[in-house]
Amino acid sequence: MTDTFEPKITAFVCNWCTYAGADLTGTSRIKYQSNVRVLRLPCTGRIDFMLLAKAFARGADGIIISGCHPNDCHYTSGNYHARRRWMIYRNLMDFMGIDTARITFSWVSAAEGAKWAELVNEVTTGIRAMGPYTEYQELANAGVE
Amino acid sequence: MELREKAKQLLESGDVKAVLGFEPGTGGVRRPAFARSAAQAEKLVFDGEQNLASYVTHKEVKRLGRLALVARPDTLRALLQLMGERQLKEGDVLPLVLEDGQVRELTDAQAIEEYLALTAKELPAQDRELLERLGGMTRQERWDFWQKELSRCIKCYACRSSCPMCYCEHCTMDCNRPQWVPVPSHALGNLEYHMVRAMHLAGRCVECGDCGRACPVGIPIHLLTFNAEESVHAQFGQRAGASAKLDYAMSTFRPDDKETFIR
Repeated sequence: MTDTFEPKITAFVCNWCTYAGADLTGTSRIKYQSNVRVLRLPCTGRIDFMLLAKAFARGADGIIISGCHPNDCHYTSGNYHARRRWMIYRNLMDFMGIDTARITFSWVSAAEGAKWAELVNEVTTGIRAMGPYTEYQELANAGVE
Repeated sequence: MELREKAKQLLESGDVKAVLGFEPGTGGVRRPAFARSAAQAEKLVFDGEQNLASYVTHKEVKRLGRLALVARPDTLRALLQLMGERQLKEGDVLPLVLEDGQVRELTDAQAIEEYLALTAKELPAQDRELLERLGGMTRQERWDFWQKELSRCIKCYACRSSCPMCYCEHCTMDCNRPQWVPVPSHALGNLEYHMVRAMHLAGRCVECGDCGRACPVGIPIHLLTFNAEESVHAQFGQRAGASAKLDYAMSTFRPDDKETFIR
């Protein structure tokens, strides 16, 4: 064990675009940093805002949210609804003092394997520089759950 | 016509079954009061702080029959929003507003909308000041501010009870399989509770501020729902309680919604 900080990054991705995109990254043999834990959901519209709060509480230092580009949703409009939700939630989080710089929103299609690798690398480097999100994790440890 | 006179007239004619207003309570406070007969109407007064729209969705109040209620602009907005959300029929309530010392009935949704169109909406100076102070803070300072404030929360849910828009029979806070938000009032549970409350009221909050007034420990929690509501207004250009037609920002979308943070 080294004492350098390795960030934990939780990625909430949609089944149809980003998950397939991440798969393409693998089958294309593109290497990227291994700090990301991918959670596959049916659609970005399924990503409840509380899942982000729960991820931070359970020890995530950074979060990636990614799905189909606008107009490409498998369910026609899930990503549009998700986009509205994030537009409100992001402002609220900022107002409450939660570090929104630790959350990255992105559209990665099933053909963008290279973009996924780039995104993960970029976010991992960013979070590594920011350090662990102890502020939030302390809350979880302070009380029972 | 004065409120008491008007209430008597409405009750005697059978136009409404009850009149909801305020009565003097102990220590100079005003408390909500139902008058179900002309004799009971004698105690009614107009000037209370609460948003009485929070009562109209209660089963026991609905059972009374048609209800007249003393209304402020916030109350009227809440009533319109409830009509839009199909929680209230237009004829179920008869809002009474004070105009030049005279009580006026607003008989239908259109009358309410017209009345509201002439009323300016403004945040209280105290709230504006605090919002300005918060806006000038760094993220870290805001975090410390809210952590300090929310640490006093005892999770009594007075904010939920006082809110005219919190009418769900099964609140997500009471859901325990799975336990979505921790029940005890510790740091994480408090933060998550207020986060959920603000998000569930985004696009629905009529900004009456009753949650903040109801808070027994004086946390300015109404600012959280105001923030969600204001960002709906700023980004999607609509406000809750503007009309009796459902126009819920979070259940719809526009393909050209503009954001700046998605890569």
